[in-house]
Amino acid sequence: MTGMARLTCRVNGEEVRAEVPVRRNLLDFLRNDLGLTGSHAGCEHGVCGACTILVDGVTVRGCLMLAVQAEGAEVVTVEGLAESGRSAALAAAFTARNALQCGFCTPGMIASALEYIDGGGGPDRAAIRAHLSGNYCRCTGYQAVVDAVCDVIGGAAK
Amino acid sequence: MTGPATIFDRPNRYIGTAEPRADAARLLQGRGRFVDDIQLPRMVHAAFLRSPHAHARIVSLDVAAARAMPGVAAVWTGAEMAAHVTPWVGVLTHLAGLRSPPQPALAVDVVRWQGEPVAMVVAATRAEAEDAVERIEADYDPLPAAVRMEEALSPDAPVIHPEFGSNLAWERRVETGDMAAAMAQPGVTVVERTFRFGRHTGVTLEPRATVMDYDPAEDRLTMHYSGQAPHMMQVVLSRHLGLPEENIRVISNDVGGSFGIKIHTYGDEIAVGAAARLLRRPVKFVADRMESFMTDIHARDHVVTGRIGVHADGRIAGLEIDDLTGIGPFSMYPRTSAIECNQVLNLTGAPYRMEAYRARGRVVFQNKNMMCQYRAVGHPIAMAVADGLLDEAGRALGMDPVVIRQRNLIADDAYPTTSASGMKLDDLSHQKTLAKLVEVMGYEALRADQAAARARGVHRGIGILSMVEVTNPSPMFYGIGGAPIASQDGATVRLDAGGALHISSSVTEQGQGTNAILAQIAAGVFGVDIGRVKVTTGDTATVPYGGGTWASRGAGIGGEAMLLAAHALKEQVLEVAGVMLQAGVESLDIRAGKIVDEATGAERMGLADLARTVYYRGNELPADLKPELVATRHYRVSDMPFVFTNGAMGAYVEVDTDTGFTKVLGFWAVEDCGRVINPMLVDEQVRGGVVQGIGGALYEECLYDDQGQLLNTTMADYLVPMAAEMPDIVVAHVETPTKTSILGAKGAGEAGTGGAPGAILNAVNDALAPLGASVWQMPITPERVLRALGVVAD
Ligand code: FES
Ligand code: FES
Repeated sequence: MTGMARLTCRVNGEEVRAEVPVRRNLLDFLRNDLGLTGSHAGCEHGVCGACTILVDGVTVRGCLMLAVQAEGAEVVTVEGLAESGRSAALAAAFTARNALQCGFCTPGMIASALEYIDGGGGPDRAAIRAHLSGNYCRCTGYQAVVDAVCDVIGGAAK
Repeated sequence: MTGPATIFDRPNRYIGTAEPRADAARLLQGRGRFVDDIQLPRMVHAAFLRSPHAHARIVSLDVAAARAMPGVAAVWTGAEMAAHVTPWVGVLTHLAGLRSPPQPALAVDVVRWQGEPVAMVVAATRAEAEDAVERIEADYDPLPAAVRMEEALSPDAPVIHPEFGSNLAWERRVETGDMAAAMAQPGVTVVERTFRFGRHTGVTLEPRATVMDYDPAEDRLTMHYSGQAPHMMQVVLSRHLGLPEENIRVISNDVGGSFGIKIHTYGDEIAVGAAARLLRRPVKFVADRMESFMTDIHARDHVVTGRIGVHADGRIAGLEIDDLTGIGPFSMYPRTSAIECNQVLNLTGAPYRMEAYRARGRVVFQNKNMMCQYRAVGHPIAMAVADGLLDEAGRALGMDPVVIRQRNLIADDAYPTTSASGMKLDDLSHQKTLAKLVEVMGYEALRADQAAARARGVHRGIGILSMVEVTNPSPMFYGIGGAPIASQDGATVRLDAGGALHISSSVTEQGQGTNAILAQIAAGVFGVDIGRVKVTTGDTATVPYGGGTWASRGAGIGGEAMLLAAHALKEQVLEVAGVMLQAGVESLDIRAGKIVDEATGAERMGLADLARTVYYRGNELPADLKPELVATRHYRVSDMPFVFTNGAMGAYVEVDTDTGFTKVLGFWAVEDCGRVINPMLVDEQVRGGVVQGIGGALYEECLYDDQGQLLNTTMADYLVPMAAEMPDIVVAHVETPTKTSILGAKGAGEAGTGGAPGAILNAVNDALAPLGASVWQMPITPERVLRALGVVAD
C-alpha cells in the first residue's frame, strides 16, 4: 500500500525531483512535500475547486490527480501565478471588490477565473457565474467575484 | 469639549469608508496561514474510528492490530482517553431546567450518534493513521435509536439517557397577554400552519482543523486553532486536560470560514490535545469532508406550529408558537444546544406589536449528530414563522404583504420599547427600512411584472420579510449562566518608535474583515495613515482578554474597545507633545501621523520624532513626565442584554410548476446595523449571509434514514449554493446608531442568513397561491413543490 515512485516535473518554473508514495495525490504533494500551501483541500473529492491548479496550462483539481501522474508536466499553483504576475490584475480586482473573505476558496477561484479570462471570456455575468460554478465559496455569495472578473475584462458588464 | 464622544464631530478619514482589506494580498498570493498549512518538527497525525451506528453498545474494541501498523505512534480507545480528559456537561444555569449528561471526548461503552468518535490513532502521516483505523476491530450491539424528533417524546421511544427518564432536554414557555381573549375577539381571523425546517450545516470550506503542540519543559500546550473564541478554548482545554489556563496558548491565524461551526467543543479536538501531551510532540487533526458532514454541528431541525389572529384591518391580535427541536444526544458544550430554541421564543414576532404572545419550546435528545449554534441562531426559524403567518393572514384578508407589515411594525418613534416576548428594543427603524426596501426593489414594478408573467403562465412570487437581529451581546447571553465566555473585549494601541501603531484586539478574524475595521477605527480615531497600522488578533499570549467573534459582536464590541483605546492613546500622546512643544494640549491635534496645531493644521512635530524622543532620549524630557505610549481599553454592553438591529428583505422568485424548481430572480436587503464602519465589507457580509440563507431555504439538508444513518456525506450529495444559481443581491442601509456606544455600530454578519429563508418562503408561496398550493417546509426542494401542487402524490 505504500509503493514509492520517482517523479520529475516542473512546479512554478522550477524543476522538482522527488520520491513519492504512489497513492499520494498531487495536492498533498504540493502542500506537504513542497510546502506550497496555497492550494487548499476543501473536499478531496473533486467537487469544491479549492485545489484548482494548472497542469500543462489546463486547470485541474489537484485532489483528483496522483502526484505521479504529473511526471514530466508543468504545474503552476497560485504561488506561481502571483510570482509571475499573471494573477496581478485579478488580485487587484479581488481586493478592490472584496471578492474574498476567508480566502480559502480564493486560490482556486483565481485559477478558474484566469482560465475564463485567458480563454477570451467576455464580461457576461451569467457566463462568468456558469464558469465559476465548479468553485465553491461559502463566504462571499459570489457577486463580488463576478464583479472582479468583469473589472479585469473591462467593458460594460452584461 | 474633549473626550471620545467628540470623535464624530470632526471629519474622519477612515470610519465609514470602503477601505480594502490589508489581509487580502496574502490570501491572494497563496500565503495564507491556515491550520493545515502548519508543519512542525516531529508532528504526527490523528484519525478517528467513528461509530457506524446511531445507537449501540460497544461490546469490544480490539486495537492490537492497529497498534502494530506501520507509522503508528499510539492508539487510544474511549475508555483509555477518559483517563486523560474529564467529561463536560453542556448546560447553563440561566436556561433553567436544561439537562445533559457528562460527555466524554471519545465514546465510552455506548455510542449515541453515527460519526461519534470511538477510538483515535496517531501516526506519522494521516494516510497511515487511516490505514490503522481500518484495522481496529469493533463489535457493537445495536440499540433502538430515537431518530425523529417528533417521536422522541412518545412513551415508547427509546430513552437515550435512562437516568433522565425521557428525551426531553429543556422546555420553556413565554406568555404575554391573554391569548384566548385576544383570539376570541369579534372579527379576528385565525390562521394556523406547521413549519418544518430541515437540518443543515455550515460547510466551512476549510474543515475543522487543529494542531496541538506540547512542550513538556514548560508544561505548555499551544493550540493552533481554526475558530472564533481563543480565550474560551483556553479555559475549555484547561478544565478538561487539567493544565493551568496560563500554560495554554491558543493561536488563531487564518480561518477558512467558521459561521459558528468551529466555536464549539469537539471531543476529537480535545483528544488531540491530550495526545500531544502524552506523546510530547505536535499532533495535527484535520477533518475530512465526510467527517465534517457527520460531526460538525448541524443547525436548525425544528417543527413549529404557529397560529396568528388578525383583526379585519390587519392588526395582530395574537401570535402563538410551539417549537420542537432535536439536538442530538448531548447539549453542546459550553454554549449549550438550547440557545437556538431560546432565540426562537425570544425573537418570533419581535418586529411587530401584538396584544398577546404565547410560545412553548421543547428541546429533545435524539440519535443524530449534535445540533448547535450556527450563523443567525434561531433567527431563520423565528422570522420565517412570524412572517410566513403574517403573509398567510394577509392572504386571508386580501391584504398586500407590505400593507399588513406597515400596520403591525413597531413605529420608529416608539423606542425604547419591549417586544411581546420581553426583549428590550431600542434604536430600530422598521418603518423606514421597509419603505426603503419597497423603493429599492421597485415593488410596484415587480408586481406588474409578476402579473404579466402570470398571464403567460409563468409563476413568479414576491416575498417580503421584516426582521430583528441579536447583536453585541452583553453578559446576559452566556456569562450569566456560568459559561467561560467573555462578553467584554479589549483593545491595545501602541505607538512605536517609527511612528506606526501596533494594535491588538481580543476579537478575531474569519474573513469578515475584523482586522481591517479595527485598523480603520484606530487610524481614524488616533490620526495616522492606515498603512502604518499593524493588527494582531487571535493569540491568547498577546492580545487583551476577551470573547472573540460571535453573535455579530466583532465590530460593535471589539470596535468600541478599539475606539476607546485609540482615543486614550491620542490623549496620552498629546500630553507628551504639549510638554515637548510647550503648548496647551487643547491647541494640538494628531492628523496624518503628525502633531499639528488644532486651529490651523500646521505641523508642529512628527509622531516618530515624539516617539523616538520618548523611547531613545528620555533624558530630554522633564523628570516628572512619565510618558505612556500604549493604551488598553475594554468595553462591554451594560445597559441592554443585546443590541438589536433590524432589516427588511425582499425576494423575487420563479417557480417552475413542471419541474418544481425555484429560481431566485432577485434579492434585496435593507439593513440597519447602526454606524457602518466599512460599507464594502458590510455589504459583502450581508450578501454572503443572504446566500447562506438561500441555501437553507432551497438546497441544504442533512438527510437521515430511519436508522439514523446520514445519507449525504459528500459535497456532491449535499447541495450548497453555487455561483450560477445565485442572483445579484442589492444591499441598502438605514443608519440608526446604537446609543449604547460612541461608535454606534451594531452587528451585520448574520442578518442575511436570518432573514433570507423567510423571504424566499414567502415568495414561493406568493407564486403558488393562485394555484391553491403552498409549502411550509425548508429546504423548498422541487419534490416538495411538486407535492404541494399535487403533481407528485404522498
Ligand atoms: S479539494 Fe479538490 S475539488 Fe475539493
Ligand atoms: S472566501 Fe471563504 S470560501 Fe470563499
